Amino acid sequence: MLRFSLARAGHAVVVLLGVTVVVFTLMHLVPGDPVRVALGTQYTPESYEALRSASGLDRPLISQYFHYVGSAFTGDLGVSFRTGEPVTLVLLERLPATLSLAFAAMVIAVVTAFPLGVYAATHQGRISDTIVRVVSQFGVSVPDFWLGILFILLFSSTLGWLPPSGYVPLTEDPVGWLSRVIMPATAVGLVSGAIITRFVRSAVLESLGSEHARTARAKGLRRRIVRSRHVVRNAMVPIITVIGVQAAILMGGVIVIEVVFAWPGLGRLTFDAVSARDYPVVQGAVLLVATLFLLVSMAVDLLYARIDPRISIR
Amino acid sequence: MNAPGFAVRDLTVVLGRGKRAARVVRGVSWSVEAGATLGVVGESGSGKSMTVLASAGLLPPPAAVTGSALLGGRDLLKLSRRELEGIRGRRLGFVFQDPMTSLNPLLTVERQITEGIEEHLGATRRAARDSARVLLETVGIPDPDRRLDAYPHQLSGGMRQRVMIAIALSCGPDVLIADEPTTALDVTTQAQILDLVRERQERTGMAVVWISHDLAVVGGLADDVVVMYGGQVVEQAPVETLHSAPAHPYTRGLLGARPVLGRRRDQLTAIPGTPPDPRALPSGCVFFDRCPVKGDPRCETQVPDLVEVGRRHFARTFCPEDQ
Repeated sequence: MLRFSLARAGHAVVVLLGVTVVVFTLMHLVPGDPVRVALGTQYTPESYEALRSASGLDRPLISQYFHYVGSAFTGDLGVSFRTGEPVTLVLLERLPATLSLAFAAMVIAVVTAFPLGVYAATHQGRISDTIVRVVSQFGVSVPDFWLGILFILLFSSTLGWLPPSGYVPLTEDPVGWLSRVIMPATAVGLVSGAIITRFVRSAVLESLGSEHARTARAKGLRRRIVRSRHVVRNAMVPIITVIGVQAAILMGGVIVIEVVFAWPGLGRLTFDAVSARDYPVVQGAVLLVATLFLLVSMAVDLLYARIDPRISIR
Repeated sequence: MNAPGFAVRDLTVVLGRGKRAARVVRGVSWSVEAGATLGVVGESGSGKSMTVLASAGLLPPPAAVTGSALLGGRDLLKLSRRELEGIRGRRLGFVFQDPMTSLNPLLTVERQITEGIEEHLGATRRAARDSARVLLETVGIPDPDRRLDAYPHQLSGGMRQRVMIAIALSCGPDVLIADEPTTALDVTTQAQILDLVRERQERTGMAVVWISHDLAVVGGLADDVVVMYGGQVVEQAPVETLHSAPAHPYTRGLLGARPVLGRRRDQLTAIPGTPPDPRALPSGCVFFDRCPVKGDPRCETQVPDLVEVGRRHFARTFCPEDQ
């Protein structure tokens, strides 16, 4: 277990190094000059040169890169071009908003998708199965921000039940947090849930038709036990995979949803930083999202091993 | 037939609906008494597994099953799902072909044996574990205490099939249905499994239905043999009769296609052609396309009845004498 975690951590460092290379080069290849953007109307050739050398942007790219990676290891992700704040602080400030939205969305997604998928699979070919399939296909195809806008129109503008946007930390005001998170979380969660529903349905269907499920029935076990102990349990490995991927995507910040709901999370931050060519913030955000992604996939691997004894994590 | 034997009567299975409907089992009847062994032989797709799966309600829903399956005077096909669940595993034990896929890879051997015991005999977890240990010993698994905690992937194929048999025997069934239980095993393991089942049968007096595509396996085990082809019984006889005087051309073909030590390979006779598509069955004899005899004008147009051709010997052919 420990060795597995260490090996995975080593692996993760390599992946993250790769991520830094890609992000670093990409950001510098994209047209647009951050120094000009930062100076805005206060642009003069002198102030331009001063800011450029202060930010280290006049040095060769390769030396900029090594400097960046070196400090990143100590937790220093540089300073925002726009605001002058340390990137690490900016990211940590935005993280709770994104994580709490992702968490709420995942709860909604899993709580709807799991029973629906299992129900559809165990009622294959019936009308209820068809309804679940059509609705989930619809859910997969609908953009989450469009759902979000519909929600705002209905629940805020028309009915006036919920505040249309904004964010309150969960720790300060749980009720306020809930009333603001519910719309974006539902919009995102339903789309994720639709994807998960389809996976659950097909995984459970496959498991239902398996030979060991037939053995379980041949033993004369009650249907409920066959389904819970032999069918759904065996379908969990692919289901956990897709839930993990969805969770990781949500943690990366749902950019458009965060913009629509003025949700001060990582997605919103990335959006603003890209518009402003704020390299350090974009790089930091991508690095953080990649780290979260790796953490989730590591957790998924550990879960696999707990479910399936054939997967050993020695 | 109120003794705890097992019989199917005029069993028919149709998979799918409308134009895609496949009649995979057509009017199959056979029976086996307590303490006796019935061998059911046929190639893949002959309907031999379908017959027993259908009789115990183990086919997935789009299957339409008619006829009857009698166990101790009750027709299994008329029972509710709950009643059937009480019979499967309790009075009908199943062993399936592939022990790699028939066991649940995520549960320990112990759990897979004890869950049936807990369900049917109301045993506590601990009592069920004790029974499971005894069962593993009975089926010849050394060091049962350690094996109880093992997962299927940690066991060899032969071991897994022994575990399957332990599961099937766990509640002392009246009938053991063995669906090609040795096909996936090597020959020495095969012989051990045969011995094991025979020995258990002598001790408990259970009836055994042994399904196989291999006449040789069935020959060493069964009292009576049913030969199936294209979803029908084409011949039925005591095992000696079947070997000494096969009446149906298909049975003769099966016997001729069997390799015998000392005989040269080019003397084996294959049966040319493939079994019929159950969605488009011929109007005449189901074996007509592949039959080397075709000795009667009715063969092509009329389905022959299963007629008595000798003592307890039945064959579905118009020309039982033509060799």
